[in-house]
Amino acid sequence: MAERDLLWMTAVVFIPSVFALLLIFVPRGKEEIMRWLALAGTGLTLGASIGMFIAFYSDVIDRNVRGTDPRSREWVSLDYRLGQIESENIADPQKSSDWLTSYPWIGRFNIYYYLGVDGISMPLVLLTALLSFLALIASWKIERFVRGYCMLFLILETGMLGTFLALDFFLFYIFWEVMLLPMYFLIGIWGGPRREYAAIKFFLYTLLGSVFILIALLAFYFTDVRDFVGPRTMKEAVAEAKSEGRTVSGNQVEIHTFDLVVLQRVGKAALQLLNGQPVTTSFRAEQAKAHLEELKSRKGAPEEMIRKAEADYQAALNDAGLKKRLEQAFFQPWFQYTMFLFLLIGFAIKIPVFPFHTWLPDAHVEAPTPISMILAGILLKMGGYGIVRIAYPICPWAAEQLAYYVALFGVINIVYGAFAAMAQSDFKKLVAYSSISHMGYVLLGIAVWTAPERAQYWSWGMNGAMFQMIAHGITSAGMFFLVGVIYDRAHHRRLDNFRGLYEPMPLYGGISAVIFFAAMGLPGMCGFVGEFMVVLSTWNYNKIFAVLAALTVVITAAYILWTLQRVFMGENPQYRNYPDINVREIVCVTPLVVLSVALGVLPGYLLLNWMEPSLTGLVDTLARFAP
Amino acid sequence: MLPNIDLGQIQNDCLNFLPELLICGGIVLILLIRLFDRAHMGGVALVMTLTALGISIVQWYGTIGGTKLLDAPLRLSESGVFAGGFHSAFGSLVVYDHLTIYLRCFLYGFTALVIWLSLTTGIPDREDSADFYCLLLGATLGMVFMASSMHLLMVYIGVEMASVPSYALAGYLKGRRASGEAALKYVVYGGGASGIMLYGISLLAGRFGTAYLPEVALGLVYSFSPPAGGVVFDPVLILGILFLLIGVGFKLAVVPFHFWCPDVFEGASAEVAGYLSVASKGAAVALLARLTLLFGGIDSMDQSRIPAHWETIVHYLVPVLAFFAALTATFGNLAAYLQTNLKRLLAYSTIAHAGYMMMGLAAFKPLQQQTGAFELPGLQAVLFYLAAYLFMNLGAFAVVAYLRNETGSEDLDDYRGLVRRSPWMVVMLSIFLLSLLGIPPLVGFAAKFQIFSVLWDTSQAWYRHGDAGLGAILFGLLIVGGVNTVLSAMYYIKVMKVMILEGKAEDLEGREPVRLREPIPTIAYSLLLALAVFVLGILWAPLDRFSHEGIERFAWRPPPPPGRFPGMRGPGVGGMPKMGGPPKGGKGMQKGGKGRKGPSQ
Repeated sequence: MAERDLLWMTAVVFIPSVFALLLIFVPRGKEEIMRWLALAGTGLTLGASIGMFIAFYSDVIDRNVRGTDPRSREWVSLDYRLGQIESENIADPQKSSDWLTSYPWIGRFNIYYYLGVDGISMPLVLLTALLSFLALIASWKIERFVRGYCMLFLILETGMLGTFLALDFFLFYIFWEVMLLPMYFLIGIWGGPRREYAAIKFFLYTLLGSVFILIALLAFYFTDVRDFVGPRTMKEAVAEAKSEGRTVSGNQVEIHTFDLVVLQRVGKAALQLLNGQPVTTSFRAEQAKAHLEELKSRKGAPEEMIRKAEADYQAALNDAGLKKRLEQAFFQPWFQYTMFLFLLIGFAIKIPVFPFHTWLPDAHVEAPTPISMILAGILLKMGGYGIVRIAYPICPWAAEQLAYYVALFGVINIVYGAFAAMAQSDFKKLVAYSSISHMGYVLLGIAVWTAPERAQYWSWGMNGAMFQMIAHGITSAGMFFLVGVIYDRAHHRRLDNFRGLYEPMPLYGGISAVIFFAAMGLPGMCGFVGEFMVVLSTWNYNKIFAVLAALTVVITAAYILWTLQRVFMGENPQYRNYPDINVREIVCVTPLVVLSVALGVLPGYLLLNWMEPSLTGLVDTLARFAP
Repeated sequence: MLPNIDLGQIQNDCLNFLPELLICGGIVLILLIRLFDRAHMGGVALVMTLTALGISIVQWYGTIGGTKLLDAPLRLSESGVFAGGFHSAFGSLVVYDHLTIYLRCFLYGFTALVIWLSLTTGIPDREDSADFYCLLLGATLGMVFMASSMHLLMVYIGVEMASVPSYALAGYLKGRRASGEAALKYVVYGGGASGIMLYGISLLAGRFGTAYLPEVALGLVYSFSPPAGGVVFDPVLILGILFLLIGVGFKLAVVPFHFWCPDVFEGASAEVAGYLSVASKGAAVALLARLTLLFGGIDSMDQSRIPAHWETIVHYLVPVLAFFAALTATFGNLAAYLQTNLKRLLAYSTIAHAGYMMMGLAAFKPLQQQTGAFELPGLQAVLFYLAAYLFMNLGAFAVVAYLRNETGSEDLDDYRGLVRRSPWMVVMLSIFLLSLLGIPPLVGFAAKFQIFSVLWDTSQAWYRHGDAGLGAILFGLLIVGGVNTVLSAMYYIKVMKVMILEGKAEDLEGREPVRLREPIPTIAYSLLLALAVFVLGILWAPLDRFSHEGIERFAWRPPPPPGRFPGMRGPGVGGMPKMGGPPKGGKGMQKGGKGRKGPSQ
């Protein structure tokens, strides 16, 4: 089949929008059909994403694990796969098994419809598809404007999945913005009493962040990256220039790109350059080096060939054109600092990081239950994903310089969020602040940039951060859903007014206990693994931070146990006749319960084993060039 | 005695300007038909405009007997100027190039859409239709001449031809006080502005003895930064330029010359307001672009010879344009937030958009190949922006017109909970507003993206050029643009919030809202525009290519090796304009302003 990877990824991204379009044609008044159609859309997307995962696993991960080819270990890295395509080692650039696919979209700006997947994005895609499906089941009680709700929901899903799969910065930005409006309306129309305020606050905060990202995107684009792309791209660029009637030779053509993978290479070069090392990451140098190493490892290679390869490598390092192009703005400290800060602010608003967090409690509290699940479960992860995928790899020098402050903000988030959660009397607000606290671990884990010889600690931090994102996606969605379940019965969320819910709703109480303990980070549950890895790596970075992060677990335990106590313990005749959790609700919450236990028991098999190579690869390439 | 008239030349010019002749004929035809039959003239006007559009499109690719631009090779003319890709028509009064045709297509296409809109909304009625369409076509004609003028006289005539019918159009809703007030305000302001502009023109023309714009620009450079070095601030020239730009700024509603805009838009009918907001603004942007190209030395007779001079003037030009662009965009966005009338709000939004477009015009790019040579890559972004702006702004005004017909109000307060009464219109209006805000994947984002990208590119180019000041200004402009996007979100979202999120009082009482009529033609019309906004936002490569071709002739080309062209003087030698040297002391009136021929082929 032609381009299996393209078909899978495109299907995953656009099935929801196709169903959104189909919804237009359902006649008015047939709300039940609309709901089922939307559910079919999200279900199909979930199915497609699982199918995509299996195909991706067998093409990339499994090949990596089996390791028949000595270089297959590298196959999981996007950079390596792109390099294979570019260096024309792969005869057919549209090969299916590389899980990269790009088609020209807007020629003059070199914008591509460019999707790709690796161990970093795959788990988030699965999480998105799963939570969207569950959130739609949770939306069954939405009565007003069902058609509009379902359409916006499905468009939102396309935006989220596209953001995780796009490898072209421009495309990424488009998907990123596409999410904005559906979310605004979903909060603003179906939300609680202060929904309008919450919705506009969310919108303005996120738009401000996007503008920062847009400026960084432009700044990256206007860097000439011709030293970092392979011959295939160069050939295409020359051919294109010729077709426009310009007479250019290969030396004159400039390459500008939104390709995140290529920009990551440029970022590495900036890291080397600003650390005073020779830049070995240009495409030519990497090829020459690979060739040299291959010759050296081969027995009986003529001395002369090795010398020639050595000379080639040196020539590639000292290329005059490269030296000149390394004087571009991109390789200046001010540029790296500014753009890193722009990207960090843009993504930090989404995470959200203190002091940009104030939209989150409002949005979460006012949003309807399913939208809170999506907000906490997925949208916050986009900030973390953006930092891992874009901010750190493209501006690594500034990231390394500012790592301490990023980590500091991570710790502030953890501690502040936990204390703020403790002070809340609104159930949803408590969960919202606990999200802020838990996302702090993500930021902390990403930030703990340690010296090269101890890069494995940073790698733990990164892995912990990613694991924490998935774990938090599952538990926070679960918590918001559970809050929604009692809100449906009690029609209020005041923690002090509950008491004694265990008696009428034993099953609900049990499920709640599991989810809340998982969020708390009880060993053996999913919350524990990520936090543990992050704290462990932080210990090697800064002991005070590690102690603070670890001590906060006590605060977390305190507010969660206190909450469970206030809601479930004791007796309360007022709520005695409440029905227990019903079938629809059980269907919705069961996967979350299962996952929150399973991920805690088998973190390696279920996630870390196949996620880790991508993250470790990223950490290795960055840490290698640090001073 | 009559001068020698080259009949072939005139015939060629007429063929090049066939669309304009056709529009003239259309006006006469409408007036003639009216004598005999009081039919609705919309159809006639529509056919005429569409024919003019069709001819313009043919001219883009080829010709109808006139000059063929595509094949015209870029060559060095006798005076050492790169000529080609353009044709000076009618004694160099107007220029015929791809920029002209682009704007012509823009204006005729837009006018056709406005006429179609007026047919669906029923303004004007049968009785008044002849007047209405005559004025509309006349104003459009003036705008085309604004966009293609190469002569100060033509600038003035174009502006007046565009303005006078607009005054009448603004007061078209007879018997409505607001409408009369709008027209009066427009006339008074417009009259004042055009008087000032005429004064500026006479100062410039008197100073240089010519009103042919390339020569005025050249004279300006020589007077401003004489070859001996230094900068001379000649008050007469400064005033002349200032007054000329005030006239253009008035048409463009640049802050602080914007006062008329909200009042006129509020008083005029939504159709007319939509027309003025796009066409009038587009023509003014085009005129400003022409002046910027000329004064920046990009569209000049003498670019290759006196590089250093242009650099001085560009140093003043860029900050001024940048300042007014930033001021206009910021003011427009801030003021819009407070508006309660939808048309007033859109008026301030158009002011802000004029600011964005001026940002593009400030984006001069110094070239590495030759010091003192510039390109204006921002113009391409502006052309794209104009086309994008056409669909989204017209769409917004069209929906306002439909809503006015149904609800009888343009107040935001009356649009509370409108989504339940008129879902189609609200969804359409939301799409147009979001595009104006610049949310991808709508065309407004593509346009804004290009403006921003040009700003970043040029600011970096200035840094590399060693001029951190201008680099910082352009980077600052980029930041201002970004901040303005967030500011503008406040009011665009406010409109949607009122229509979609807020409920009307009667809804709260539990009564079913009365649905408004949404006839098929109105839905079709707004759906078409919304689709254009959407499709162009995803597939903007074709439009991008057109806008690129529109400015292709202003791209810098390396000067030919000396000696290859005998007619050319060597670089740096005799850098005097042909008209006999720069005037001295401010009172040296030169003769020879009449009938000076520009480069023609």
